[in-house]
Amino acid sequence: MRTLYQFHGGIHPPTNKTQSTQRGIAHAPLPAKLIVPFRQHAGEAAKPIVQAGDHVLKGQLIGMPDGFVSSAVHAPTSGTITAIDMQPIAHPSELPDLCATLIPDGKEEWVPRVAIDYRNSTSAELRQLLRMSGVVGLGGAVFPSDLKLRFLRLHPAHKINTLILDGAECEPYITCDDMLMRERAAEIVQGAEMLRFILEAEEVLIGIEDNKPQAIAAMQQAVADSGLPFEVVAMPTIYPGGSAKQLIRVLTGLEVPSCGLPTDIGVQCFNVATSYSVYRAFAHGEPLLSRIVTVTGNVRQPRNFEALIGTPVQDLVALSEALPDTDRYIMGGPMMGAPLPSVPVPVVKASNCIIAASDRLFPPPPPALPCIRCTRCAQVCPADLQPMDLFWFAQSREFGKAQEFSLFDCIECGACSYVCPSHIPLVQYYRFAKSEIRMREQDKQAADHARERHEYREYRIEREKQERAEKLAAKEKAVQAANIQPATQAQPTTVPANSNIAPESATQQKIQAAIDHAREQAAAHKPKNTENLTPQQQAEIAEIEARRAHIRKLAQSEVEHPKE
Amino acid sequence: MLSALLVMAALAIVLGAVLGFAAIKFRAEGNPLVDKIDAILPQTQCGQCGYPGCKPYAAAIAAGEADINRCPPGGEEGIRKLADLLGVEFKPFGGDTVLKPKSVAFIDENLCIGCTLCIQACPVDAIAGAAKQMHTIIAAECTGCELCVAPCPVNCISMVPIEEKITAWKWKYPMYALTQAR
Repeated sequence: MRTLYQFHGGIHPPTNKTQSTQRGIAHAPLPAKLIVPFRQHAGEAAKPIVQAGDHVLKGQLIGMPDGFVSSAVHAPTSGTITAIDMQPIAHPSELPDLCATLIPDGKEEWVPRVAIDYRNSTSAELRQLLRMSGVVGLGGAVFPSDLKLRFLRLHPAHKINTLILDGAECEPYITCDDMLMRERAAEIVQGAEMLRFILEAEEVLIGIEDNKPQAIAAMQQAVADSGLPFEVVAMPTIYPGGSAKQLIRVLTGLEVPSCGLPTDIGVQCFNVATSYSVYRAFAHGEPLLSRIVTVTGNVRQPRNFEALIGTPVQDLVALSEALPDTDRYIMGGPMMGAPLPSVPVPVVKASNCIIAASDRLFPPPPPALPCIRCTRCAQVCPADLQPMDLFWFAQSREFGKAQEFSLFDCIECGACSYVCPSHIPLVQYYRFAKSEIRMREQDKQAADHARERHEYREYRIEREKQERAEKLAAKEKAVQAANIQPATQAQPTTVPANSNIAPESATQQKIQAAIDHAREQAAAHKPKNTENLTPQQQAEIAEIEARRAHIRKLAQSEVEHPKE
Repeated sequence: MLSALLVMAALAIVLGAVLGFAAIKFRAEGNPLVDKIDAILPQTQCGQCGYPGCKPYAAAIAAGEADINRCPPGGEEGIRKLADLLGVEFKPFGGDTVLKPKSVAFIDENLCIGCTLCIQACPVDAIAGAAKQMHTIIAAECTGCELCVAPCPVNCISMVPIEEKITAWKWKYPMYALTQAR
């Protein structure tokens, strides 16, 4: 029996999981329309590589990863792309984002699928395959999985000793990982072996909370059948035991350093569903096209569906028959999930659960009261923070202080808000403070960049001024040198009529040079509007030219023979 | 008596030399306060404060010639930070200050005649173009200072407020009733 450890705090909310585990995973029928967002992962959105009107096959790449932290997006079924435009998606901002609309043709025609022998491939090839298969963390953070396998290359000093598969699923209501482990344990274990192979980890631990005995049994059976030296660990049920840092603490006793990553202590965590997708990508050549979604709460038939990415949420809800008093939907669990906008949005890679909510099921919180500094939040905080102080600083916008109190180690689990006797929406304050700090850092960077550009511009202007002055000085010198030469040698060739002026007078000389230069330029320059003229115009011009010549001659004679 | 005087004199000479050396060796380039103030200013270089750029305004604040509430792009937040740094009271903007949403300039390329006047006005070189060639704003570099708008002889430059996007969205300050409405 493995020694398990405890993390600080934690709560025991009613789990409400049994409702949705009564039936097995059902395949959601093909919807009439799929809306596939290009940003389903942490980082940069994928770049669309198809156009409206294109026919696509199931599993065809439609969004190319764009940037370091990015992942691919695929057509979940065969059909026609009818639009690539901004559509409402599940995001707390309720702002639209770029999506492809796909009308399925019902044939489910696949692109050619190629299985890969991962044992004879390099880790770079495997990571690239995961990136192009759109495999991201399905536990909720949707971080591209290939990058989590890459970290040990960036820190060669940190070897990954332990690979942890996260099957804890600590949040109430959600059962998608539970059902996946019950029904597809063998595939998950194979996927874990693939991840272990890339990471070169020594041990593999599969952490499952002890309120899922069937999943534990299924996984144990699968591990025994595979003959792999993995260990399935039943851990105590406590929220948020499935959060990576807390899970690592429970299973290994190690603590991830503040603002650090699990790789810093030689541990890497993957969700069981991610492991399953890795298996599908390597062993079947299938990109991530669907996921298990729990539909529960205020519905007649709560259960898990395997839904294609892009399936409208209301289609899934209709399958489970939402009760008439349902007035809103939550994506994710009741602790960390976010309310969905009232407009229809699609299922994305991050959608682990959809809860139909009503006031009966989730009564609106009583009005918030001032903080009485009872420190109950600090007692339950799994990150060992002082939530009441963080709240105080966030409320008064003292962001520097909040950072000093390790605001960024907050995992936003909501345990503090859950126990707060004053019903203060604490996590909202932390989210506000975090995004405000991030935004300010961006603004600061932009300001520094602008300062640099401004200073460079000033420097450039100064430099150009100086260069011009130097050029002028050099010219002057040359002119002076030229003056001395004609004085000693021969007379200048183009001496104008007033050549009797003494050449010593440098200014006069300069003026003369400028006049000569202008004359030369005028001679070289031809007027542009003298082509295609009518004979009449030409005659007019000739007349004017003759008059000018006459005047010039008169003026010349006046200069040469001034009137007495 | 004499030895004591000599000791004191020697000490004075040695310490004086050390101080003199330190004054040369560790001389602060420029005024560190000006740099600190400049770091708070938003670097739009817009001149709305009445000084030709952020640095001159910073210098004026440091010299006590300018008020801290002259920078609209910095917002009230900027004033608060300046007040904190300088240890003075927060001062709200004057009545005639117009606070505008963050914007970037936009050149209507059909109207642009390629006169380069806006390029000369741009403090951060965020306009690409050449004489008699169409100009365009490099939006990522534009600070929204509006200095290019006035010089344009054909009025082809407009300020476009930056739209809220998912990538640049932030959580709002939580708003809720403290007690039940009766």
